[in-house]
Amino acid sequence: MARLTRLQLISFRNFALADWEIAQAPVVVHGRNGAGKTSLLEAISLLVPGRGLRGARLSELARRAGGQASEGWGISGWFDAPGRSFTVSTGIRPDAPRQRCFLIDNEPAAKQTEIADLLSCVWLTPQMEGLFLEPASGRRRFLDRLVATLEPGFARLLASHGQLLAERVRLLRLGMAEPAWLAALEDQLARKSVAIAAMRLDYSLTLNAALAALPAPFPRAHLRLACPLAERLAQAPALSVEAGLREALSAGRAHDRETGTTNAGVNQADIDLLDTEHDRGAAQASTGERKALLVSVMLGQASVLRRHRAAAPLLLLDEPMTHLDAARREALAETLLAYDGQAFLTGTDQDQFRGLGGRCGMIALAG
Amino acid sequence: MGGPEIEQLIGQFARLPGLGPRSARRAVLRLLQQPEARLAPLIRALEAAAKTTRVCGLCGNLDSVDPCSLCRDPRRETGLICVVETVADLWALERAGVHRGRYHVLGGVLSALAGTTPETLNLTPLLSRLSGGEVREIVLALPVTVDGATTAHFLSERLREFGVVITQLSQGVPMGGSLETLDEGTLAAALRTRRAV
Repeated sequence: MARLTRLQLISFRNFALADWEIAQAPVVVHGRNGAGKTSLLEAISLLVPGRGLRGARLSELARRAGGQASEGWGISGWFDAPGRSFTVSTGIRPDAPRQRCFLIDNEPAAKQTEIADLLSCVWLTPQMEGLFLEPASGRRRFLDRLVATLEPGFARLLASHGQLLAERVRLLRLGMAEPAWLAALEDQLARKSVAIAAMRLDYSLTLNAALAALPAPFPRAHLRLACPLAERLAQAPALSVEAGLREALSAGRAHDRETGTTNAGVNQADIDLLDTEHDRGAAQASTGERKALLVSVMLGQASVLRRHRAAAPLLLLDEPMTHLDAARREALAETLLAYDGQAFLTGTDQDQFRGLGGRCGMIALAG
Repeated sequence: MGGPEIEQLIGQFARLPGLGPRSARRAVLRLLQQPEARLAPLIRALEAAAKTTRVCGLCGNLDSVDPCSLCRDPRRETGLICVVETVADLWALERAGVHRGRYHVLGGVLSALAGTTPETLNLTPLLSRLSGGEVREIVLALPVTVDGATTAHFLSERLREFGVVITQLSQGVPMGGSLETLDEGTLAAALRTRRAV
């Protein structure tokens, strides 16, 4: 397990220059609103390839002062892992403003997967609490981000699938529907859809096994994948599911032309989080219960990653105690104290973290 | 820095593939500093190329003659046609010297988003060549992208009526490459297309 021992930020978000030594875990980051607590967690999340916990664009990450954005920014993390210490840095150089670079021990990383081999992160943000009240596309993105942490080729597969959907809808809309061209797109769509459904299904089974092993009093969460394609995969060989989808796509051309969408395949999937004890979905749960369900999922994901990579991921929990009752705060504190990875938590109020009993590091942000 | 003529020249160079503003400026400076040794021969070569270059009416290659020298070469197999996206791909295959048949340049790959349709591809001459009945195999050497795969699938359907064998380049481990540095997609393709030894 890699443990962050020092973090340095240069011209990042609201930090001109910041440097923290981190001696103890878990780490509580506290301060008033706007002090930069979430930005600190975001900085850690950006040490791993990807767009970080806010999903921000590169241009949004530079510090702004006097209406001007800084020309470059940088984040460096010093890590101790069994048998080695290393640093990971990422940022934008002023001479290459569109290209984010990654360094390992101050040398350019040949591939981003080199960093993914060293580090992984799991995060929970307050924005996720709205997931189950919003359209299904947000929930699919949430699930897909989790799947991608286990399946290295998954993100690329999703990108090709998205391109194929856009190409097909455009062809249908423009009436450029030469049958052989549409058939070529639908053939690829069917193969990629089935591959995506199979990976999502595998992941949901793995996660649910991890969720079933979480200690009480976290709710017994269960991720339910609502995807007709995945259901068929459980009963029939993949090739026959692919053939069925090809036929459905071909038969649905007129309808899809009308609606401007593709009405078959994995883009129709949805997920729900069930509290199995109360037999209730996340959308029907109270705000506090929904938060507890999400905390469960993130702890489950951390457990899946720990087993998959033989190292516990960094847990980044933004405002984790908000909406939780006293018993669950206590339980989360106990879980994080026992966690064999490193957890970072934010909150405006130090009292929320009383359950940690002072056995944690503290970073106070003055803003 | 320089006058408007020089800036215009740098601008023209910077539009070329592989050259950015800095490298364009360096190249122009070198030309202007050695007008006799560098600039004049370049002007003569550009004029000659502009005057003589033709698109081959058979395969779509660029040459000073039409049909191009590859289509005229009697030593090349007429029954084997390698279909590529661009002239650059054709030249890359020729540099390797491994294909002894003919070529066909499509001039793009199908993309509804980019507006490349079957009508904008250089397809008609290929269909004419196939109608002649001499061709026995088509090798699809198209990019390994979503659009490349769509085009390969489209062509395999479209050319089926000619009863020729349609093959495509295999994907896998590059020469001199180690497995540990390969991405997962390439590794999966290499494993899928493994062969007995």
